[in-house]
Amino acid sequence: MALNGKVPAGNLTEKWTKYRASMPLVAPNNKRRLDIIVVGSGLAGAAAAASLGELGYNVKCFTFHDSPRRAHSIAAQGGINAAKNYRNDGDSTYRLFYDTIKGGDYRAREANVYRLAEVSASIIDQAVAQGVPFAREYGGLLDNRSFGGVQVSRTFYARGQTGQQLLIGAYQSLSRQISLGSVEMYNRHEMLDVVLVDGKARGIIARNLLTGELERHAAHAVVLATGGYGNVFYLSTNAMMCNVTAAWRSVRRGALMANPCFTQIHPTCIPVSGDYQSKLTLMSESLRNDGRVWVPKKQEDAAAIRSGHKNALDIPEEDRDYFLERRYPAFGNLVPRDVASRAAKIACDEGLGVAPTGLAVYLDFSAAIERYGRSKAGVMGLHNPEHKKVIELGQNVVEEKYGNLFAMYEKITGENPYVMPMKIYPAVHYTMGGLWVDYNLETNIPGLFAAGECNFSDHGANRLGASALMQGLADGYFVLPYTIGNFLSNDIRTPKFDPNSAEFLQAEADVKGRIDQLMGVQGKQSVESFHRRLGKIMWEKCGMARNAEGLTAARRQIQELREEFYKDVFVPGSATGDYNPELEKALRVADFFEMGELMVVDALNREESCGGHFREEHQTEEGEALRDDANFAYVAAWAYNGWDTDPVLNKEELVFENVELKSRSYK
Amino acid sequence: MENMHLKLKIWRQGGKFSKKGEFVTYELDNVSEHMSFLEMLDVLNEKLITQREEPVAFEHDCREGICGTCSMVINGHPHGPNAGTTTCQLHMRFFRDGDTITVEPFRAKSFPVVKDLVVERAAFDRIIQAGGFVSINTGQAQDANAIPVSKESATVAFDAAACIGCGACVAACPNASAMLFVSAKVSHLAMLPQGKVEAKRRALAMVKQMDLEGFGNCSNVTACEAECPKEISVENIARLNREYISAAFVYDEKEEKGGGAG
Ligand SMILES: Cc1cc2nc3c(=O)[nH]c(=O)nc-3n(C[C@H](O)[C@H](O)[C@H](O)COP(=O)(O)OP(=O)(O)OC[C@H]3O[C@@H](n4cnc5c(N)ncnc54)[C@H](O)[C@@H]3O)c2cc1C
Ligand code: SF4
Ligand code: FES
Repeated sequence: MALNGKVPAGNLTEKWTKYRASMPLVAPNNKRRLDIIVVGSGLAGAAAAASLGELGYNVKCFTFHDSPRRAHSIAAQGGINAAKNYRNDGDSTYRLFYDTIKGGDYRAREANVYRLAEVSASIIDQAVAQGVPFAREYGGLLDNRSFGGVQVSRTFYARGQTGQQLLIGAYQSLSRQISLGSVEMYNRHEMLDVVLVDGKARGIIARNLLTGELERHAAHAVVLATGGYGNVFYLSTNAMMCNVTAAWRSVRRGALMANPCFTQIHPTCIPVSGDYQSKLTLMSESLRNDGRVWVPKKQEDAAAIRSGHKNALDIPEEDRDYFLERRYPAFGNLVPRDVASRAAKIACDEGLGVAPTGLAVYLDFSAAIERYGRSKAGVMGLHNPEHKKVIELGQNVVEEKYGNLFAMYEKITGENPYVMPMKIYPAVHYTMGGLWVDYNLETNIPGLFAAGECNFSDHGANRLGASALMQGLADGYFVLPYTIGNFLSNDIRTPKFDPNSAEFLQAEADVKGRIDQLMGVQGKQSVESFHRRLGKIMWEKCGMARNAEGLTAARRQIQELREEFYKDVFVPGSATGDYNPELEKALRVADFFEMGELMVVDALNREESCGGHFREEHQTEEGEALRDDANFAYVAAWAYNGWDTDPVLNKEELVFENVELKSRSYK
Repeated sequence: MENMHLKLKIWRQGGKFSKKGEFVTYELDNVSEHMSFLEMLDVLNEKLITQREEPVAFEHDCREGICGTCSMVINGHPHGPNAGTTTCQLHMRFFRDGDTITVEPFRAKSFPVVKDLVVERAAFDRIIQAGGFVSINTGQAQDANAIPVSKESATVAFDAAACIGCGACVAACPNASAMLFVSAKVSHLAMLPQGKVEAKRRALAMVKQMDLEGFGNCSNVTACEAECPKEISVENIARLNREYISAAFVYDEKEEKGGGAG
């Protein structure tokens, strides 16, 4: 299939402005006749549903959560980027665009990324107007901090709870539209299929999670804002309920899944402690502003730490290897995530890990505490303060900046990070891959749109920190509400769709078939145990480092496990008349099997290393990723037609007219 | 400790259990102190499933104390005995080998039980829909730095905005009042110039909806503050009362028609 990204012609910096000005509009009286379904009420979904409601469309918004306030977006900690240049440090739309393209290792579409950078500033304006309490300076203006992969300070933040505050802002806007009647909200409803009428997306099948009933909902267009698929790895920093079902079911109806193997492993997470572990907790990237990453230089020191005979404080300065600062002097601890994660893995592979499992490195704040302490003492006019005083003052400053993260660390590990360096290890965090969309955020199925983490659009092979919130809100507030008009302007005379038509009844019957199949197995093993096993295969063979042999084995193992699942899974309870979380999980895990296999297929196909995708066969002598622009500067968009046939690859060639493809160096 | 033995007295309601609910006691071995409370329940559920019994239904999502989904009463305390901690962040190192732990759902008329430990908290959403927002549309905003906000006001606003909408305050209150939740939102927005404009209308509309939802009155017990995992202060209730009383003077019913404070 030839893929057309529908990028408007013209100069990069003018594309969006001109396009927006020339787009067909839908008149207000016609908007009232048009129905839109938005699935998802995270940042992207809530922003889109609220904005579309404000514009006058009839919106139905669905979430499987008990309230739109709880989406996974709420957990984002560190911040949101915007090219405001409030710091006067040389930031600009172009620089944000360039950093994002480079950070993504040149595997994203230029025009989309430029538009993202362009609208970024409006997001901050919008959020402040909603009452989002961003961090401020004493002068009353907004504060910023730095994130990885960039040399300017453009990250806006609300303590360590930026996602929470932005989501609450979007949720409140959504709530206002609900009260005004322009958005009808369906909590505790899970979309289990998309319905196509004459090849266009015209509705969904949703399951009411309280009663188990299946419902048919029709509309003129469907927007998916259903988040990422990181939980295919079982252990990740994602919320427990994140899943791929909405996107995957669309793939099963013909949508293309783009770059599924591009997953982000975040370098700073609390390491795994035991096999009962259910999720991993992120320690925000903002900590790398002030924390220094190190391992002991000597294997015997690392071994002594692992066995509990020594601790971090016993290792003298000269025996520590600050390996990020050593390998990447220009960016130091603030290299992008993929680079930092791989460096930590290498250190642990060399036997220098500092947790009993061997899988952890230190993130140390002692230098920052001392530095802040001295500066604070200076401000207070204390000359020659005692060391103890300096540390106390420094700890106060660090607490002000990162207090909630330090408290969270201590709650989980029982260790005090003000005194003892944190132990961290990389964990699955974000998925750059997702539904293929064109410039309008429309998938290859007309009328089916995808926004936020569930699309593949802006981050290429690696996402920079604080850019997911930006993208979700850009899509939801400032892009989709315009571009959806392109599609809907052809539908102003199309009457409402009938949810009792044959297409809807068939889709409902298909969903019921899937549910009956899972309930009918009545095997012996829990859904969770299958999910754990799938995750282990994915992590070991399709995680931080991949090779052809491992990937080939992984594909076979996933297929075998999937077969076992359909023979031996036990889903207790009943499918209707009851609230049944085990059935919810079973449906999601069933889709993870297929998605996991596709990720492996994609990783095998991409014979290069780029961003989060590291093929061991393709690296430089120093162990850095080796891209192959001649052969792989394309988006891999896969069609999947079932277990018996191989997925089919479609390519969208990436054209770079404004940036020169360079090997990414942070040295 | 790695091998704790626990006795769990858990509320079961619906499904195979009675409609009005009952306590069922389970024994669990090999509980590690590093597990979170929910991971301990995962282990119990895995055991129940292998015995072909129905697992205990409980709600959770982020498991890091921010989404407000987890919601159970542990040994009489919403979110368990530790101050400033949600259930998902409570770790087993705070329990001892041989302990008996009682686990039940949040109890309040306005939070009906769905199943076992799961309750419906949509009433909170409806209170926000009544007026817990700033009335601006997408794209209407001016530059974010156009109005300076003092660090002090921003801090107070933030402290109130940290509410995770979990409902523990309601579960803790002998009157099942939602005043802490409502006041946190009213304060958050009233402390910022962007939200100040509608502060009075908002307070009236939200309190009205709170009453309609059947939450009880506040009689200054302050159990809410003690149990709130985000340590939201009861000073917010005082601030709400001030907004409410001065608003009640200014507005009459006529001005409140039409979609809350929309
Ligand atoms: C711990 C953590 C910290 C992070 N910190 C940052 C940060 O500091 N800065 C940053 O920029 N990014 C950060 N990210 C990434 C960022 O939070 C996410 O990428 C982003 O919030 C995703 O938003 P979303 O709206 O696309 O999806 P989500 O917030 O995941 O929302 C998905 C929505 O879809 C609904 N849904 C899904 N499937 C269905 C279905 N089948 N039926 C019905 N409803 C469905 C869900 O109920 C939910 O409402 C972080 C991520 C994690 C895990
Ligand atoms: S005020 Fe506290 S207890 Fe009440 S809902 Fe908010 S966070 Fe939960
Ligand atoms: S599960 Fe999110 S706060 Fe407990």
